[in-house]
Amino acid sequence: MRRYFGRKLLIYIFTFVLAVTIDWLIPRFMPGNPIQILISRAGLKAESANLIYSYYIQAFGLNVPIWQQYLNFWNALFHGDFGISIWLFPQPVIQIIMRAVPFDVLLLLPAILVSWFAGNKFGAYAARSKWLDNTISPLGYILTATPYMWLGIVLGWLFGIILRILPFSGAYSYAMMPSFSWAFVGSLLEHWILPFASLFLVMFGGWAIGMRNMIIYELEADYSHYLEALGAPKKLIRQYAFRNAILPQITGLALQLGVIVAGALVTEIVFSYPGIGYLILQAIQNHDYFLLQGCFLFIIIGVLLANFAIDITYVLVDPRTRTGMQGEG
Amino acid sequence: MFKKIAMLALVIVLLCAGIAFGQVFERSETLYTGGKQWGPVSNWNPLMTGNYATGTIGLVYETLFLYDPLTDKFMPWLAESGQWTDALTYELKVRQGVNWSDGKPLTADDVKFTFELGQKTALNFSSLWSWLSSITKVDDYTLGFKFKSALYQEWDNYLYNVPMLPQHLWASKDLKDVAIGANEKPVGSGPYLYFAYDQTKMVWAKNDNWWAIKALSLSVAPKYIVDLVNTSNENSLGLVLQGQEDLNNNYLPGISTLLTGGYALHTYYPVAPYHLAANTAWLDVNLQKKPMDDVAFRKALAYSINVADIVSRDYGNMVQAANPTGLLPIWDKYVDQNVVKKLGISYDPAKAKQILAAAGYKDVNGDGFVENKDKSLITLKIIVPNGWSDWMAAIQIISNSTKAVGINVQPDYPDFNGYLDARLKGTFDLAIDNQAQVSNTPWSYYHFIFYDKLADIPTTQGGNYGRYNNQTAFDLVTQLDKLATNDLQGMKAVISKLQTIQLTDLPIIPLWYNGMWAQMSSANWTNWPSSADKDNHYLPVTWNGYWNMTSILMLTQLKPVVAK
Repeated sequence: MRRYFGRKLLIYIFTFVLAVTIDWLIPRFMPGNPIQILISRAGLKAESANLIYSYYIQAFGLNVPIWQQYLNFWNALFHGDFGISIWLFPQPVIQIIMRAVPFDVLLLLPAILVSWFAGNKFGAYAARSKWLDNTISPLGYILTATPYMWLGIVLGWLFGIILRILPFSGAYSYAMMPSFSWAFVGSLLEHWILPFASLFLVMFGGWAIGMRNMIIYELEADYSHYLEALGAPKKLIRQYAFRNAILPQITGLALQLGVIVAGALVTEIVFSYPGIGYLILQAIQNHDYFLLQGCFLFIIIGVLLANFAIDITYVLVDPRTRTGMQGEG
Repeated sequence: MFKKIAMLALVIVLLCAGIAFGQVFERSETLYTGGKQWGPVSNWNPLMTGNYATGTIGLVYETLFLYDPLTDKFMPWLAESGQWTDALTYELKVRQGVNWSDGKPLTADDVKFTFELGQKTALNFSSLWSWLSSITKVDDYTLGFKFKSALYQEWDNYLYNVPMLPQHLWASKDLKDVAIGANEKPVGSGPYLYFAYDQTKMVWAKNDNWWAIKALSLSVAPKYIVDLVNTSNENSLGLVLQGQEDLNNNYLPGISTLLTGGYALHTYYPVAPYHLAANTAWLDVNLQKKPMDDVAFRKALAYSINVADIVSRDYGNMVQAANPTGLLPIWDKYVDQNVVKKLGISYDPAKAKQILAAAGYKDVNGDGFVENKDKSLITLKIIVPNGWSDWMAAIQIISNSTKAVGINVQPDYPDFNGYLDARLKGTFDLAIDNQAQVSNTPWSYYHFIFYDKLADIPTTQGGNYGRYNNQTAFDLVTQLDKLATNDLQGMKAVISKLQTIQLTDLPIIPLWYNGMWAQMSSANWTNWPSSADKDNHYLPVTWNGYWNMTSILMLTQLKPVVAK
């Protein structure tokens, strides 16, 4: 088992280094000079502009040779310093991202987990009887094909503008500052419902369809037919089928969780929800390479961690993997 | 089971009660604004123009004078008075009894220190020092500015734009921090104090020790000003309709529906054009490229543009077509009507075709568009920033109207930085530009049209993106700058000459006036500015540079709907 994990770890470290290097390279090879834009906003004479330009170059650490910049980047990474944002100069990138992460986690973790549990349950029901299949499947297909932002806009328009019972903008009331009080928590939940709903419904459809297809595949497998021939109760067969069908769903879940920090970008824009997805869009539009770099770094780390978690979970859940590992030992 | 339901019900009740009673900002004493802040607040440095939080200059940091563009008058603010004692000396008397928000008094030392910062490091008013030689302190509240050459029009512009900074806090900052630091927890002399911020809003709280309460008997009405961050125009529209924003300075299309839809909204003018004019939208023409270097072609282009269509179809009459000189309505008195009658251009497609033909532009290959005199194709691109929906629609209309006379102009929508880059570097063909704003003097407009430091344009963003080179015009602009601001006849004479050059050579083509977009809600606050005689005529705008053009006075006139 140690060799199995040791090899996995090595691959992950290598992937991480490669991904981070590419992440570092991209902003430096993109066209355009964002510092020039920052300066031209100040409207200075040419000589004055040069002085300010030197201030900015210093602030962004661009006044050293490129190999040194690369090493400085790794050094800063291990200190948790992702550089300074251009768009929101002079705030550090890590500060901007950390402000957005709680909202992303609050929005996406429940949405993904609840939709996963509910979707798998309903998908399994669908495989039970034809009547259930005929209702749940079309619903699932429609939901999973619905674009996130369209559903978000429809829900926001219906509950926010027409019925006026839920807010459709922001993460909490504009009249409040964050604090540990019932008021703030209540406002947070009130603003959370619609974006959560628009994410949950679409993802639910996806999981339900996936699960239904997996269960049907398992029920057609040899062992299922054999159990049926032995006279085992239907419930037992379905239980076994479920346990086998859940494996690819776990992989899917891990991948979804991995990109959690990329956020539901379009949903966040529709509801003005201050998460990382919204930051990524703004960083692109404002040519804020350092913020973009920081966001992508988060995604890289998230995906790699999720993958690693899945590898461990598989070992625990699937006995065949365990046997496979022992075979290598 | 029952216990679980009871617990859940209790939690829900507590949350609802919390939401209902947990507001930090009392609605009747809070003013919600929006429309200026397009990203989260990141700094409060009044020297980082374009970047600071809404109201940094205006609510916290103040200027020596206020300027009212509608009456063309200066109002002493932090200064008590100012006058030219001789041709090259300006004497400034600083108001006594003004304190910074940390309690220290504001004296002539602070004013001298602020201006001298421009000498030490590169700030947006540093160019002042190329014609200002020194500042002498006469006494604790009087300063003498000695000039090498006096540019009266430009000096007045600095009087209401340069924010006064506290020496006792800024002297110890290193120059890099002064120029590009965040300046957290700003300390100023103004009517509001820094309160709090997060990524969706900036909150200012009323300063009960503001100097103007005693000195001018002025008091700002809202206890809190909460400026909301824009995420999109649609989102702002939703907030305005819900009554969440009291003053919104976004461009919101469909104004007639908004005003009559029962949302308690109103604009400065009750009928078209609804908003005051803020700046002119010009057609930048790149004179370095063929065939735009030919004045006949530029003339034909100008005659071919259907501005009326843009005004009515694109803007729903929320804007006005510009007069042929491009000068804003506040400068009507400087427009030389004789010159306009002789040389003014308006929409006339027949004339445009005539001019093209006479100049030698023919449709050689029969594709419906004229070609260059050397038979090469003419395919021009007109650019505006992506996402500016009103401009995007405008260039589509322009493209259609130029195509109707045979000029092939295609609309293009690069992102904002790409658009800015093309203008600054001079790589564009045609672009829409509205850089020059309302100011105290038409000199700022002619300085923009005839900006003379052609090599510096990419860094200074001074104007004249088409790179028009005419020394006579440049000299006239400098001459205008040197005229005394009360010399109306002198100014009109020079401006008339500039207008003749502008309309003969057409280096830039004026199109329409963009408005000071302002939607005001009377759901929670009343006594907003408007054009009606009974209302005040201050500017209802939160954009940078407008607080010190009387928007701050708007706050002193507001009344809450629910009396405390």
